[in-house]
Amino acid sequence: MSNLSLFISIPAGLAFFIPMVSRRIKWFPDIACSVTTFILFLLSLQTLNQQFIYEMGGWPTPMGIVFVLDGFSCMMLIIVNLIGFIVSLFSVDYIEKIYTSKLRYYSLLLLVITGINGVILAGDFFNMFVFLELALIASYALVGFGCGAKDLEASFKYMVINLLASYFILLAIALLYGKFATVNMAHTIALMQQYGKDNIVIFAFVLFLVGFGTKAAIVPFHAWVPDAYTSAPAPISALLAGGIIKGLGIYVLMRLTYNIFGMSPLISNLFICFGIISIVVGVLMALGQWNFKRLLAYHSISQMGYIMLGFGLGTPLGILGAVFHLLNHSLFKSLLFLNSGSVEYETGILNLKKLGCLSQKMPVTAASSLIASFSISGIPPFNGFWSKLIIIVAAVQAGRPFSALWAVIGSILTLASFAKIQRYVFFGSGEKFDENSTKNIKEIPSLMKMSVLILAILCTLGGFLAIGGVNGVFGPVVNSLSGGTGQYIEEVLGK
Amino acid sequence: MVYTLCFVLFVIGLYGVTCKKNIVKIILGFLIMEYSINLFLILLGWRKNGVVPVVEPDTIMQCFAIKSVDPFPQAMVLISIVTGLGILILMVALAIRLYQRYGTFDITEMNRLKK
Repeated sequence: MSNLSLFISIPAGLAFFIPMVSRRIKWFPDIACSVTTFILFLLSLQTLNQQFIYEMGGWPTPMGIVFVLDGFSCMMLIIVNLIGFIVSLFSVDYIEKIYTSKLRYYSLLLLVITGINGVILAGDFFNMFVFLELALIASYALVGFGCGAKDLEASFKYMVINLLASYFILLAIALLYGKFATVNMAHTIALMQQYGKDNIVIFAFVLFLVGFGTKAAIVPFHAWVPDAYTSAPAPISALLAGGIIKGLGIYVLMRLTYNIFGMSPLISNLFICFGIISIVVGVLMALGQWNFKRLLAYHSISQMGYIMLGFGLGTPLGILGAVFHLLNHSLFKSLLFLNSGSVEYETGILNLKKLGCLSQKMPVTAASSLIASFSISGIPPFNGFWSKLIIIVAAVQAGRPFSALWAVIGSILTLASFAKIQRYVFFGSGEKFDENSTKNIKEIPSLMKMSVLILAILCTLGGFLAIGGVNGVFGPVVNSLSGGTGQYIEEVLGK
Repeated sequence: MVYTLCFVLFVIGLYGVTCKKNIVKIILGFLIMEYSINLFLILLGWRKNGVVPVVEPDTIMQCFAIKSVDPFPQAMVLISIVTGLGILILMVALAIRLYQRYGTFDITEMNRLKK
């Protein structure tokens, strides 16, 4: 697997091919999208433990466009393409029943995947910005896909906040270009080490922090998250939680801090503060929600806080925990959003007070959401427990027991709010949910069942990963980040 | 001095986006922000009395590098204009749809999500 441009060209090509073909052939978009995303997932598995750069058109590195593959970007590719595959599998029946235009949906979905893959692989700032815009424009349209008043309102809000962030990022890129006359990341680091950092570089970093912090749903910049997640179709919420805020937000932010600008105690403290505030605010807001998806959206903020805390600690163990939690969060949060989609598919209701007693009618959904709830709230054999444990241990080791304490409190509150979901949706009964309205409810179709089951199995297996091979799997990721700026230059420029 | 003016333009756009209540004015604010960044990028590569950055067979590269304007920001601005156009079209389409649903352009009246 040496041609990294396939990650861009396959989904982008198909995104424009689907509308051309599928006006005649009705079954084409379903099969094409699922098969393509599966192929992309297999391709991303092939990149495991490899490290190389791909020069577009053979132009030498500081001049031409370059794609960089190292441990971190390889793991993000696997996560994003896995979630993309699961989401497109789930969408087959879901979009058929609830929404109308299938071909537009699949087109936009593939464009989002193209954009995220591009951001993950890009080795220069400007290509990163272009792919970021590509993914975001498609996701603005997907969030407002239902075209109802609320959908459009959420889409507009999402668009305004994220567009502001995008222009901050573009301004930062312009400032860095004005200072160093290059947009290649590795070349920028080399020049930065040569000439030192002045106020312009610091200002650019702050602009990047605001911009990518918005996309990563960190607390001071989180206002778009609940509305966008609630209004989007459920598979898109899963993709937003599992792919977009990670690929476009956390990934780039961590790449910038660790590999480009370099970690310092000030940034470390800042990240830990953001992390703790996100954990606590997210989970407290989630406790009071009565909409299934809105509750999950606030939890997404809270879990991003854990990842931010782990990265902020800066020790190898903290990075390990954060990366492990990043993988786990994209698995269980996507699973929970898909479950909320299943409930919506069968009942048409998302209000927790009006649901109830679904565990007999929908056993697969109930079981998988139980697994996901256990994972997210940190019950021992499942994956969420191990990653949270690693983050908390790392926080204590780094001499920050108070942040560890807040993380534990956040975890307990998470358990409380997921007990609420299980009680009101699957096991207990809500207020207005009587026997007559439940007659028509049955288990979800087999493709949706399959996608949910894959994620549930991965959540369970992830827990056993912790016993054996965390270091083996995430070692290259931690190395690529904790190697700092020097290693990144060496890898890309080959000096 | 010129860069400061660019920055002032950016802040004016920021003001339009954050403080105005009309959707059309918000969109105009975004346009101002985008143009200010594009202007800034172009000015970075601009040089007084510079020559056009086209290399011909008989150009002497040493003199050319000193005299020509920087072509790279121009390429960047071209791409950023195109993405800006895409976003503008999507924003205007959303604004039209929102007007159909709510009957107003005032964002303070679009609060059905909170109810």
